[in-house]
Amino acid sequence: MAHAHESNTKRIWIVFGLLSVVTIIEVALGIIKPEALHLHGPGTSWLNWIFIILTLVKAYYIAWAFMHLEGEKKWFRRSIVWSAVFLIIYLVTLLLIEGNYLYETLSPLVRW
Amino acid sequence: MEANIAIPSESKETWNGGGVKPFGASYGKMMMWFFIVSDALTFSGFLAAYGLTRFKFIDSWPIADEVFTHIPFIHGEYPMYYVAFMTFVLIFSSVTMVLAVDAGHKMQKSKVAWYMFATIIGGLIFVGSQAWEWNTFIKGSYGAVKTTDGKILQFVKDGKQIALADFVVAERTDGRVEHTKKNGLWFEKEGTISEYSVDQIVNSYKANSDIQIRTEFIDLAQKKKTILSREQGLDYLLKANQVVEGANLKVNEYGNTIFADFFFFITGFHGFHVFSGIVINIIIFFNVILGTYEKRGHYEMVEKVGLYWHFVDLVWVFVFTFFYLV
Repeated sequence: MAHAHESNTKRIWIVFGLLSVVTIIEVALGIIKPEALHLHGPGTSWLNWIFIILTLVKAYYIAWAFMHLEGEKKWFRRSIVWSAVFLIIYLVTLLLIEGNYLYETLSPLVRW
Repeated sequence: MEANIAIPSESKETWNGGGVKPFGASYGKMMMWFFIVSDALTFSGFLAAYGLTRFKFIDSWPIADEVFTHIPFIHGEYPMYYVAFMTFVLIFSSVTMVLAVDAGHKMQKSKVAWYMFATIIGGLIFVGSQAWEWNTFIKGSYGAVKTTDGKILQFVKDGKQIALADFVVAERTDGRVEHTKKNGLWFEKEGTISEYSVDQIVNSYKANSDIQIRTEFIDLAQKKKTILSREQGLDYLLKANQVVEGANLKVNEYGNTIFADFFFFITGFHGFHVFSGIVINIIIFFNVILGTYEKRGHYEMVEKVGLYWHFVDLVWVFVFTFFYLV
């Protein structure tokens, strides 16, 4: 509420444009799937990395501009973002390593 | 000393923390944020579990743009377009929501009401689209058979998947009838039985030399499902014991059953969030019209439900990526 009486309308539309462009790029890449990006890359394909990075870009703009985190006090923002980001990275890292282990252990037992 | 003691406040102060504003955020807004953090962790748990399972079955996971290929009222294969549309609807409803919050700061009652209304409409379109998406997924588009060792076999012609009805002719031949209360035991019934019997499909496969079988196994270098030769295909097909049409929690014509389970669970949980968001938005919409916030002197309530609504959009961005793109 500290920001009452100032209009952000212009910024809102700019962010909307940005989110739309990012989504269009994602969908276009998802439909075309250029071979150079789709079949190569470190860990997973380059295409997947692009998707993940673009998703984080979108998440940043939604949280900062739409949810107005940019206007909150610095440590309030950090109490939200740092807690969530730390716990999510922790969980995802462990579960993906475990998933990969399960694949390596179980897939030799499956006959295709 | 006083700072550490809960001071009894008058009852009307209960819901705003008695005017105490740590970090410059009101009680309600702060609690909404912390609720959102915990809800975000719940969703992360689901998506991370999805990731684990996908890694576990990395060589046989369904390829999303072979699964979600339909647009309402239009025939043919258009992967991704419809989800892209849904994503746009949700992002746009987020924009109208933030415009409502913005108008609230300026105390423009009718503008807030109209923007809230647009947000609600956007939410309804999204939930409707999701219902349609579920319906399409449950009905299935091609049909497949399942082998005794739990593998799904699909049928392709010239490298393109075809439906059972495209090469199996005539009605179901084995005279099998669905067991309902009327024609069998009154206290028992069974689900819809498949349109064709397994034998019929095997015979049609033998009779059509241009049809091949595709297994779930992914050639990781090409990222494509393996297509078997005619002879090998027949070997696999003779192990089939079930015809699968569509997807549910037990079978899934697109591949791994657990893919369908996660799809229903995660998009369902998200859809439920959208639904509750719409309900809350409607309540706040009527409050705006009734002038509740005009009397209160500020539109912070709109801001709080706005946070929730944006969060729903935020989650969708991730669901969209991990279910449809990656």
